[in-house]
Amino acid sequence: MTSRKSVLVLGGSSDIGRAAARAFAKAGYDVGLAGRDVAVLEPDAADLRARYNIEVGLYRFDVLDTASFESFVGGLPALPDVVVSIVGLLGVQEKAESDLAHATMIMRSNYEGPSLILGLFAEKFLGRGNGTIVGVSSVAGDRGRASNYVYGSAKAGFSAFLSGLRARASRGGVHVVTVKPGFVRTKMTEGMKLIAPLTVEAPVVGDAILQAVESKTDVVYVSGKWRLVMLIIKTLPEAVFKKLKF
Amino acid sequence: MTLVSGWGRFPVVDSDVLRPRSFAAVGEAISAGTVARGNGRAYGDAAIGAARTVAMTGFDRVRWFDPATGRIRLEAGVLLSDLIETFGPRGFLPFVVPGTRFVSIGGAIAADVHGKNHHCEGGFGRYVESILLRTGQGEVIEASREQNSDAFFATIGGMGLTGIILEATMRLRPAKTGWIRERVISASDLDAAMRALDASDSATYSVAWIDCVARGKDLGRALIYLGEHAGKDELAAGAAAFPIGKDPGLRVPVDLPSMTLNRISIRAFNELYYRMGARRTGGSQVVSLYPYFFPLDSLKDWNRIYGKRGFLQHQCVIPEQGARAVLGDILERVARRGDASFLAVLKKLGQGDGILSFPLPGYTLALDFPLRGDILNFLDEIDRLVVAAGGRLYLAKDARQSRATFAAGYPALQRFNAIRKSLDPAGTIRSKLSQRLFDEV
Ligand SMILES: Cc1cc2nc3c(=O)[nH]c(=O)nc-3n(C[C@H](O)[C@H](O)[C@H](O)COP(=O)(O)OP(=O)(O)OC[C@H]3O[C@@H](n4cnc5c(N)ncnc54)[C@H](O)[C@@H]3O)c2cc1C
Repeated sequence: MTSRKSVLVLGGSSDIGRAAARAFAKAGYDVGLAGRDVAVLEPDAADLRARYNIEVGLYRFDVLDTASFESFVGGLPALPDVVVSIVGLLGVQEKAESDLAHATMIMRSNYEGPSLILGLFAEKFLGRGNGTIVGVSSVAGDRGRASNYVYGSAKAGFSAFLSGLRARASRGGVHVVTVKPGFVRTKMTEGMKLIAPLTVEAPVVGDAILQAVESKTDVVYVSGKWRLVMLIIKTLPEAVFKKLKF
Repeated sequence: MTLVSGWGRFPVVDSDVLRPRSFAAVGEAISAGTVARGNGRAYGDAAIGAARTVAMTGFDRVRWFDPATGRIRLEAGVLLSDLIETFGPRGFLPFVVPGTRFVSIGGAIAADVHGKNHHCEGGFGRYVESILLRTGQGEVIEASREQNSDAFFATIGGMGLTGIILEATMRLRPAKTGWIRERVISASDLDAAMRALDASDSATYSVAWIDCVARGKDLGRALIYLGEHAGKDELAAGAAAFPIGKDPGLRVPVDLPSMTLNRISIRAFNELYYRMGARRTGGSQVVSLYPYFFPLDSLKDWNRIYGKRGFLQHQCVIPEQGARAVLGDILERVARRGDASFLAVLKKLGQGDGILSFPLPGYTLALDFPLRGDILNFLDEIDRLVVAAGGRLYLAKDARQSRATFAAGYPALQRFNAIRKSLDPAGTIRSKLSQRLFDEV
């Protein structure tokens, strides 16, 4: 055991997960990486150890396997100081419109799983009296759009869960951060047409997450421009909004 | 297909850009006419595949690091900036850095980049122990001085044409601080500049900025920057042993109209720069490694200064024997035109390590020219002087030299081609540069 602080990253093999792990490791945290396939996480664990001379643990975690959550949390060698959930699935909207299994998977991956696991950590943190919970949600959850409302609605649910959890947990010394990254150039968005001035690279999101944890920020729009964009989108009257194409 | 260009923004060509996520996917990405791309800091067409370009910056993991010896194993997409920031505070720096820190390990090996210490410490490749290479034939081989040594020496300086470098093991330099003790010498003309460089052979770092618009008795006037790694006891009280490299704060937001850099503005800038530098001569000062090694990095996207049409860099090396006369001739012609920019650099090089490495013992002169007017003809003229003097041009900066100029400058080309052929009989690995300069058509 070290006296360093520790962070657990759920969804550690994603681009944002890797970036967040690096940001925390650089700041001196020990890191836990959790993902479906531990072997995939090995090279990143080696990278963090070599760069920052910290301890890195690897854990198997599947966000769809909610039945395993209790034993996953119970099986950790120690409760981390910070837990970050980057887990999510963009899916394919057109497919989700008619394929119930696909829609279900998007909903469960973005809302059910992340909310349940972070809720569980919140209980443990409240029992201990401290801890930070970070949920990576999405600007897509700020208003359902024709082009991705299955994903967006799940993220909306997740954002609402985090907001409620924050209100409750803050009284018990536990801080909850909601991160809304906007467009990020990652595996998930590869091949998509992203609007350049509104797009950031994964390391920018990683640094923003660390920054939000250290400064106890509640809701982070990674690029400040998004706060404005979403404010406009949120306030458009439904009559106008439904005619817009996006 | 995507429009791709190098740092000089000329030429702009179509290539299929792929961003694989695993080494297996790199293998699958290689098809006829493929080359690797690092961080795109080569000026011309070296990092553009004839048909397909494989972007490597996603591979940015450190495999292992030995803090006792400074040996390190890395994926090829790790940037030198990342390496400096991560391992500098732990007491290690790269042995060799070019004039920008935003280059990848793969790109630094493929161009066998030289720094301000080439005259005494050699190039980037000298500190590489082994590489993991995906050849055009589909093999993945480990190559070092002992094992697959032909592939090793052809890959160092081989401009990506032996295959795709996946990983490398190299040595880092122990460094107590991230500060450089700098001394500035002013030289009133070319003779004085060359003498000052010769007299500084034992300095770890040396480079001269040349005023390439000065003419007549001022021809070749220069400021010579010498540097040594500073110890902890030389730092100002309270200074951190390792300075922070700020992200480029200023950025050039738009392509400037190409009029911005004209004879008058360049002349005015150079005059001011020379006078300010001349005032700093005499004693020495301790400066952060960032402005010392990477003066241009503080201005993001500075290539846009040259406008949409882009620019050309001309970097030649002239063997020591008879260099004075040729350099004088080149500078005379450049000064007469008056449109070479303020980024003119003269430095001494030593022997290169790779078969196709650019450096040879002599003087290298690097000049930037906006792409306009008869510049292509003018540079052909300069090339004739370079070839006649037994010199050559740097492939990482080239976008326009002729096959004849290239062949004359690189006599080891035959040997390189033979090794390339053995690694890739079907000729899968090809860049726009190799098509332009040496592939059979
Ligand atoms: C401001 C500035 C200053 C510079 N100063 C210097 C200097 O002082 N000294 C010097 O030597 N150079 C200098 N350069 C040139 C630069 O160092 C080289 O062009 C370097 O190769 C760029 O690295 P990159 O990662 O951007 O590679 P790219 O430009 O993307 O590629 C360069 C070459 O490397 C190959 N390559 C890249 N990655 C791989 C890989 N994984 N496997 C196989 N081949 C690969 C490409 O095919 C290509 O041939 C400077 C460039 C700039 C913009």
